[in-house]
Amino acid sequence: MDQGFFLLFAAGAVVTALTVVLARNPVHSALALMACFLQISAIFILLEAPLLAVVQIFVYVGAIMVLFLFVIMMIDVREAVLQRFLPGSNLPALVLLVLLGVEMLVLVFRSDRLSATAPIATRGGDQIRQLSTTLFSDYLLPFEAASIILLAALVGAIVLARKEWP
Amino acid sequence: MVPLGWYISLSVALFVIGAAGVLLRRNILVVLMSLELLLNSVNINFIAFGHYHADFRGQIFAIFVIAITAAEVAVALGILVALVRNRATLKIDDITLMKG
Repeated sequence: MDQGFFLLFAAGAVVTALTVVLARNPVHSALALMACFLQISAIFILLEAPLLAVVQIFVYVGAIMVLFLFVIMMIDVREAVLQRFLPGSNLPALVLLVLLGVEMLVLVFRSDRLSATAPIATRGGDQIRQLSTTLFSDYLLPFEAASIILLAALVGAIVLARKEWP
Repeated sequence: MVPLGWYISLSVALFVIGAAGVLLRRNILVVLMSLELLLNSVNINFIAFGHYHADFRGQIFAIFVIAITAAEVAVALGILVALVRNRATLKIDDITLMKG
């Protein structure tokens, strides 16, 4: 049952990811990326991480992709539609990508530690409560650093995108 | 129960597709979207390993990755809007001001 759902969502994620890279129009890429993020959030639910699934939908689908679509609306994408890929020979990049993928897959499937079918350790109780306790006790400093980075990015984005410079 | 290797294979597939988008596409918007795909494939790995070892740190790292990605996208799109306003191009092979 789990495996069927996993294969369904994984196939959806791979197909929509290919659509992102192959689509001619950036709007189609953005919509396909949104669908891909939804599939990945379903996979997070299969991994028993419901908090991450909801955060994925809120942040990626709700915020980041809407930002992308706003920028696509603001700028003229018609001239970039004509040619999808970089001009010239793309063979070295393709060879590099195939080598990368084959290498990672060989490493995964030749290692016996990664072929576990059941969780090596199980956990019980209220998982989201334990997660937030860990996040706000052991990882409080990185959390605050992340909030400062977000504030800096907010100010920086406003300054960068401003029309007139003082 | 789904084996751990399946999740890692999915993440490898998404990583390779996203890297292909970064290396091969000409439109800077699609390059940025492919970067999102790369970061998401890494998140799948973090959460899968965290699940199979019953460790919350995988999920916590994934939360931080998502937060930093949001910051990165905001800055990148701000730079993109400023770039399009000044140079009026979206092709990455036209943007060679810094001779990279």
